[in-house]
Amino acid sequence: MPYFPKPAEGSWTEHYPHLRTTPTTYADSVSPDWYEAERDAVFRRTWLNVGRVEQLARVGSYFTKELDAVGTSVIVVRSGEHEYRAFHNICRHRGNKLVWSDFPAEETSGFCRQFQCKYHAWRYDLDGSLAFIQQEEEFFDVDKADYPLASVHLEVWEGWIFINFDPATPQPLSEYLGLFGQGLEGFPFDKMTQVHKYRAEIGANWKLFIDAFVEFYHAPVLHVKQATAEESAKLNRQGYEALHYEIDGPHAVVSSWGGMAPPTDPSIVKPIERILRSGLFGMWDYADVGCDIQDFDAVNRSGMKQWGLDSFLFFPNFMILTWKPNWLITYHYWPTSYNTHIFEGACYFVPPENALVRLRQELAVASFKEYGLQDGNTLEATQRMIESYTPVKEFPLNDQEILIRHLHQTVQRYVEDFAAANPPAKV
Amino acid sequence: MTVETKIEFPDGFAALEPFGDWAIQGEKARFAKRIGCTMEELQTFYDVAMGLLPAACEYLEQYKVEDLSPEGVNLLWVCCSLVTVSFAVECWRQPRVPDAGASAIDAVREPAI
Repeated sequence: MPYFPKPAEGSWTEHYPHLRTTPTTYADSVSPDWYEAERDAVFRRTWLNVGRVEQLARVGSYFTKELDAVGTSVIVVRSGEHEYRAFHNICRHRGNKLVWSDFPAEETSGFCRQFQCKYHAWRYDLDGSLAFIQQEEEFFDVDKADYPLASVHLEVWEGWIFINFDPATPQPLSEYLGLFGQGLEGFPFDKMTQVHKYRAEIGANWKLFIDAFVEFYHAPVLHVKQATAEESAKLNRQGYEALHYEIDGPHAVVSSWGGMAPPTDPSIVKPIERILRSGLFGMWDYADVGCDIQDFDAVNRSGMKQWGLDSFLFFPNFMILTWKPNWLITYHYWPTSYNTHIFEGACYFVPPENALVRLRQELAVASFKEYGLQDGNTLEATQRMIESYTPVKEFPLNDQEILIRHLHQTVQRYVEDFAAANPPAKV
Repeated sequence: MTVETKIEFPDGFAALEPFGDWAIQGEKARFAKRIGCTMEELQTFYDVAMGLLPAACEYLEQYKVEDLSPEGVNLLWVCCSLVTVSFAVECWRQPRVPDAGASAIDAVREPAI
């Protein structure tokens, strides 16, 4: 008997019949061919979140981003007071990487008035136009206007900077983000400017790691030691059920209980959490963001009082977690091969009003990291065996794993649609 | 001859002086130190620091982060180290995260203090 109500069809999965209930394969996560197909069909055709406007504090601020999934490096720059642009990180002269620090493969950030190539000193204004050619008279009929930086579509949604590599004009970002994007309009992201960022190299396909974050079925098991013994036993007996799952096109949300603040029984929390009044779900004393975040349409869509957090997946690889105590986590999963990716996790808080609040935030962040370390390694073990020469190639998914079906099927649909629209040229 | 700078703490926190080496800026370095310690070392630090944590909370609540004295900053960093160490003592009973293997999640950006 489920603890929380399910839809009329009897399960979340059957509420979306196109997802089916049959076992799934992970053929899309173990092959270099699939990764190549995804690069074209998914990563070069969708809106990708690469940062927030607060990272570009003034006109001329920039950062670079290495995107193996797209096959390029980009410069993202604040080119005007309220203007942001993105360019391929390549000089128009002889193709040198334009912006890099000591190590060409690494990301960098900074501030400048113009971009200058280290090789032959060609210079570009912040809007990408070519401003200066060294010894211009040596060139043959070269018009600077013909050689601006190659631009990439860029739009900002609620302070989040997205780019899109579609050669055609993409769907507007706000349209792309759909129901959940609309339902988060006005969310106080701009109040949560105290940031802690983490990065990890994970030896698993990017989708398999997302799978671990869109289901909490594993939480009572994998993360059992993070709760006290009494709480672990209770969680293990009951298992995990979400309050609500919802799908909108390629995007999804899982809504969960969690984070009683303060807990009714203090003995179920660890000693440090009791004294600092904080933990994995955030601080017991909620930050002030000037509104009730449950007023936003996208947040706590089931309206249940046990609500603790929502995890939104904005396809393909950007997750936003809105936590009840008014803080945020984001996750990004940047594939670097068919079985490796870079995982980025960031925690966003309202700036602490005093040093004690700063310490409480540290506990929330440290908790996120400790959980993440367990997830990361487990997924390497999973990837290893899924790729192996075993007869085990089909995997049953339960109702709490509905968003795993959705993610893999969405990727498959994008790849199939792209192949249909772009048949290989006849030789 | 090298002169070691003694790590100072606010009045009332003299018991932390033997643990001045835990006054570390940056989560990555704090975590690395935890991994390099024995459980005995972690438990010893944990026991002393936890005993002072309520008093530390009272002290830290009085100041904005940017207004902390150098001694106050040391106290904050030791408490941040205690947060990191607490997982080893309260959850894992070992310095490393179990089942984490060689995996690492590194802090690449954090508040200045």
